[in-house]
Amino acid sequence: MTTTDIRTEILDILSDIAPDEDLTKLNDEENFRAQMELDSMDFLDIVMELRKRHRVQIPEDDYVHLASMNSTVKYLEPLMKDM
Amino acid sequence: MYDTLIIGAGMSALAAGIRLAHYGQKVCLLEKHWTIGGLNSFYRLRGRDYDVGLHALTNITPKGAKKGPLARLLRQLRFSWDDFAISPQIGSQVVFPERRLSFDNNPELLVAEVAREFPAQVDGFRKLVASIVDYDDLTDEHQQISARAHVATFLTEPLLVEMLFCPLMFYGSAREHDMDWGQFCIMFRSIFMEGLGRPHAGVRLILKNLVKRFRSLGGELKLRAGVSRIKVENGRAIGVVLEDGTELEARRILSSAGWCETMRLCDDGQPAAASRAPGRLSFCETVSTLDVDPKQLDYDRTITFFNDSPEFHWTAPTVPCDLRSGVICSPNNFAYDEALGEGVMRITVLANHDYWRGLDEQQYELEKLRWYDRIIDSAVRFVPDYRGRVIETDMFTPTTIVRFTGHDNGAVYGAPTKQLDGRTHLENLFICGTDQGFVGIIGAITSGISMANMHCLRE
Repeated sequence: MTTTDIRTEILDILSDIAPDEDLTKLNDEENFRAQMELDSMDFLDIVMELRKRHRVQIPEDDYVHLASMNSTVKYLEPLMKDM
Repeated sequence: MYDTLIIGAGMSALAAGIRLAHYGQKVCLLEKHWTIGGLNSFYRLRGRDYDVGLHALTNITPKGAKKGPLARLLRQLRFSWDDFAISPQIGSQVVFPERRLSFDNNPELLVAEVAREFPAQVDGFRKLVASIVDYDDLTDEHQQISARAHVATFLTEPLLVEMLFCPLMFYGSAREHDMDWGQFCIMFRSIFMEGLGRPHAGVRLILKNLVKRFRSLGGELKLRAGVSRIKVENGRAIGVVLEDGTELEARRILSSAGWCETMRLCDDGQPAAASRAPGRLSFCETVSTLDVDPKQLDYDRTITFFNDSPEFHWTAPTVPCDLRSGVICSPNNFAYDEALGEGVMRITVLANHDYWRGLDEQQYELEKLRWYDRIIDSAVRFVPDYRGRVIETDMFTPTTIVRFTGHDNGAVYGAPTKQLDGRTHLENLFICGTDQGFVGIIGAITSGISMANMHCLRE
């Protein structure tokens, strides 16, 4: 997967979690938490969706990398580049 | 072999089931009754649709709101706000002798009402509200301090305190006389700050959405499948035996049957059941169908909480029904796009479980008729007299609640002591629903989601 593919996939997961959210306005630099009011349950869901869809295992200590779109894509790139 | 067996098919069980099935688990709901819903259900009688349980959904935040329990559960269950088509209340009230506090889904109204009725208290009330806003319901530090003692540090007028506790207790206190501060904050926010609403089609829309989703994800639902025991081996639950003798194996079990009720099902004979008192608070409710919309009788309030003396008594009554206080709900009085049709008035009062359970069939029918009249006579002291417009009636009692929920004593809000982490003496048996912590429809769904996340999805 390219970084563009990964970003598209994350957007798809976010739109699945929050169908009422307008994601076209998402700022890739800014935290999801601040923009979408996501809480700890939602972050767990991003992790679980990645596991369900792509068998990507993210250890709990690494959840901090999922803060914004840019940091998430950067973190996932080495894990998903061969998919 | 199931990944997770869930005992019950009420709101919490369905929500947990959706979470687990969504993430690929083999999951089955085991419902004792012939229908889903438990405390919150619906039925058809002589050609009319009835709701049980639900008066109004609490925690109603508008579409687009990102914070709060409703937004959270929609995200967790992957529903859109529009799936539940919730209409907000028109407005509700708390009525005590000579005093009235109105409230609606704009929290400023209640502040203005407190200022009008109790001008000297309004500064303290604002401070109370500010401290409630700050309470974090996702931390496990459920502050089990006395809400009465804590509220008394902000408010010095006992009548105002009673008027605030009355709706919160009626809609969610398993504890008599007082509430835990954490529970008080959750209830205060859900009713006074977020607000009340209802889908036009009532509780059936919510249940149908949940069960449809659960099944579409591959979840199994067995009705008339009461669990007779949970099989225990070496400190683990290994499965269940149903009342018809069927045995099912599972990696883990999540039970919404209640704490004491679940403990009794375990076949390891451990004594946990006796160590915790079941709840005692149960209700009678009358349902009257009218030949007019209540608004034509000059009554547009969604919910009226009433109490006929300065002091509010939240305790299991010694008489069959406590007529001093009650909740009057009119499902017509929500801001729907389209009117509901026939008028409906529902009156809920505290009831004595043992009295109603002790009656034989004939006495039971007679007493229902007698107390139907008394309950309505009591309520029409606070709302327009609708007795001449009634064309159909029904009534439920603690006996009905026991039949549909299986909860000891017909305890609507479960046991006063909650098991907030959902854990039991067995490493793979957990509880969800009213005895875990949250009550009401939104609370029950939240309970199912959080117990599924915490105990059944992390491996």
